[in-house]
Amino acid sequence: MSRATEAATEAAEAFLGEHPVGPTSDQEQRGARFDAGLAIVHFDTGSGGRGWDAGEQPAVDEVFLRAGCPDWSARNVIGLGMAAPTIHAHGTEQQRRRHLRPLFTGEDIWCQLFSEPGAGSDLAALATRAVRVEGGWRVSGQKVWTTLAHVARWGLLLARTDPEQPKHRGLTYFVLDMRSAGVDVRPLRQLTGEAEFNEVYLDDVFVPDDAVLGEVGGGWQVAMTTLMNERVSLGGRPAERGSGAVGQLVAVLRQARAAGRAGDAELDRVMRLWARAEAARLTNIRAGEQLRRGTPGPEGSIAKLQMAESNNPVYDHSMELLGTQALLYRDYTETRPDFAAVHGGSGDVRYDYLRSLANSIEGGTSEVLRTVLGERVLGLPPEPRPDKDTPWASLRRS
Amino acid sequence: MSFMPGADAEELRTHLRKFLDQHADRTRLRQQLDRDSGYDPNLWRRAADELGLAGLATPERLGGSDAGLSTLGVVFEELGRALTCAPYLATIGLATSAVRAACGAEVAAPMLAAITSGTVATLAWDGEWPSGSALRLDGTAITGIAPLVLDGNDAELLLVAARVDGGAVGLCRVEPNAAGLLRTPLVTLDTTRRMSRIDFDAVPATMLAEDAGADLDHALDIAALLLAAEQVGGAGRVLEMAVEYAQSRIQFGRPIGSFQAVKHRCADMLVDVELARSLVFHALHAADADPAAAALESALVRGFVSDAYVACAAANIQIHGGIGFTWEHDAHLYLKRAKAAQALFGSSTAARLRAAALLGVST
Repeated sequence: MSRATEAATEAAEAFLGEHPVGPTSDQEQRGARFDAGLAIVHFDTGSGGRGWDAGEQPAVDEVFLRAGCPDWSARNVIGLGMAAPTIHAHGTEQQRRRHLRPLFTGEDIWCQLFSEPGAGSDLAALATRAVRVEGGWRVSGQKVWTTLAHVARWGLLLARTDPEQPKHRGLTYFVLDMRSAGVDVRPLRQLTGEAEFNEVYLDDVFVPDDAVLGEVGGGWQVAMTTLMNERVSLGGRPAERGSGAVGQLVAVLRQARAAGRAGDAELDRVMRLWARAEAARLTNIRAGEQLRRGTPGPEGSIAKLQMAESNNPVYDHSMELLGTQALLYRDYTETRPDFAAVHGGSGDVRYDYLRSLANSIEGGTSEVLRTVLGERVLGLPPEPRPDKDTPWASLRRS
Repeated sequence: MSFMPGADAEELRTHLRKFLDQHADRTRLRQQLDRDSGYDPNLWRRAADELGLAGLATPERLGGSDAGLSTLGVVFEELGRALTCAPYLATIGLATSAVRAACGAEVAAPMLAAITSGTVATLAWDGEWPSGSALRLDGTAITGIAPLVLDGNDAELLLVAARVDGGAVGLCRVEPNAAGLLRTPLVTLDTTRRMSRIDFDAVPATMLAEDAGADLDHALDIAALLLAAEQVGGAGRVLEMAVEYAQSRIQFGRPIGSFQAVKHRCADMLVDVELARSLVFHALHAADADPAAAALESALVRGFVSDAYVACAAANIQIHGGIGFTWEHDAHLYLKRAKAAQALFGSSTAARLRAAALLGVST
């Protein structure tokens, strides 16, 4: 362990000495942790951090998790994974002060209003319009696949402020108060039976000027920060080796072996999946370090692609090892979960298998990510792009 | 704290890459392949003298720099990238690891000092693992056949794992020109890495370490980890070759790399290379911190990295099309290195089943 990591661990332990788990509520304790700069340690002092190297975050998190502090990463997945780094990078001092603390304590849940029915992989083609009015903007449009919108206090909103510009240039990034008049959140049921996502209808919603994040017309650059963090976030948390999906796979394999249904062929296949998942986990740790240091490399897109490409085969093989149990399902009743566990780990392989089919679609399809890697990382020539320099208003859209 | 190589190791990488670009380029590589010896003694000596490469695994008091496995990994990665013909895996990966793992300080010192100043060394055994070596030491003489010895003809320091009077396996040393020793160079699939068959007919041997089976198996695990770093370097280079070609080759009026079919194939190669790199450097970091971790780490890494290198080397040939299938193009040299490296220290499947056993997955 390096000296910096030791110091980080010691600081977290000292904090817990003064603020033990139990006497105060989790929210109060997280507030104190934020004020002590032990929330997101590479953030600036006063913004929940200490300006440390981002590589020290896992050591700090581990101290808190070991002490029994609840893990908020699934309940506020957008807030912690995407909103916080975006606001820290692009927000004004006032926006940082207003949003970062309640985001970290869990008081404010966040959602992301990016995708639309007509703008999926081609996000920059989105059609939600923001029109200038006295003191702010009026926003109208429809967003989709909005995780946790039904419990969210705030939304990261990308909207078109200038349709006469080419598509990447006419966008502005807003922080939307989800309690505003004209915001209508409707459940969107998915193939697992539950409604983890939502459709969000925006009907002439007023957004004040101080809710603009970054520059008017500069929304795409801000969105890039969100998307890069999303990829790292969807690449998976730096969990322990052998935990999560592959942990479940091994458990299912053991049952199958005990029942005489799995030999060396199955074992070899499991270990192939295990090693690939481990490689993806380690690559995501690299990605997290790079991203937090402000030098995002290719690792984020690689890790996101790999987590998707390895998670589904892991559950696919788990289903095979389940035997006839794979013929059944627990319950298709529609529910609206208040957390998003995108990588499974529910304890039910059949549910996790179905959920894993979204991994290669959400947060950038595997096809788009391969193109990103080919063009941005390897420098391969782009496909001909007739839409790139055309005013958005003249583009062909579905 | 990151498990990736630190700043010092990256600086060494920069120097080494420059050195190899200058002294071990493609033309020299081709010339080397036509020679009897598997390496260029001039290059080897300069690498030892100027860059200290031969002493990276030698303790400082013996003139080395004891740089640690992560730094060695960077060196192997670069050697694999350049496809350098040099007995580095045999000398540093196998022999040095064997001496350090098995021998007491006094016995080890002269051998490590010799390696540091440029002596080529290797380890011979007969079997899957050194601890199971079928070579026999009866009294003070070794008898048997080591069918596949890395750089067996070039080695000046010849170490042998032999079963002592039917008991435990010990580490011995024989003189390369000893009576009863026959070294036969073999035609190898990978022409950039030489192997020999060595016949021992009552060859006089010096005992270096008794009951060394477990230590020698550990040395093989270290060698396998360093080989994996070399494989990552090769895989990274074939990716570069594929991308360069996809950028410059025009068909249907545009570079073939602008077609998604080719672009996505290159992206898949990139993914394999970076995942392999994460696994390898994490494993080296872990084995540096705790030598007992080497067995599991090498078992985990080998299957994935070996298969990834073969896949990338084959994809590189495919992306090059017909030109990639020619003798003149270097693509086949990398493919053969990849395919041979996959088979060198046990198969990928064997490694995976071993990893399963070590993880307790198979019980």
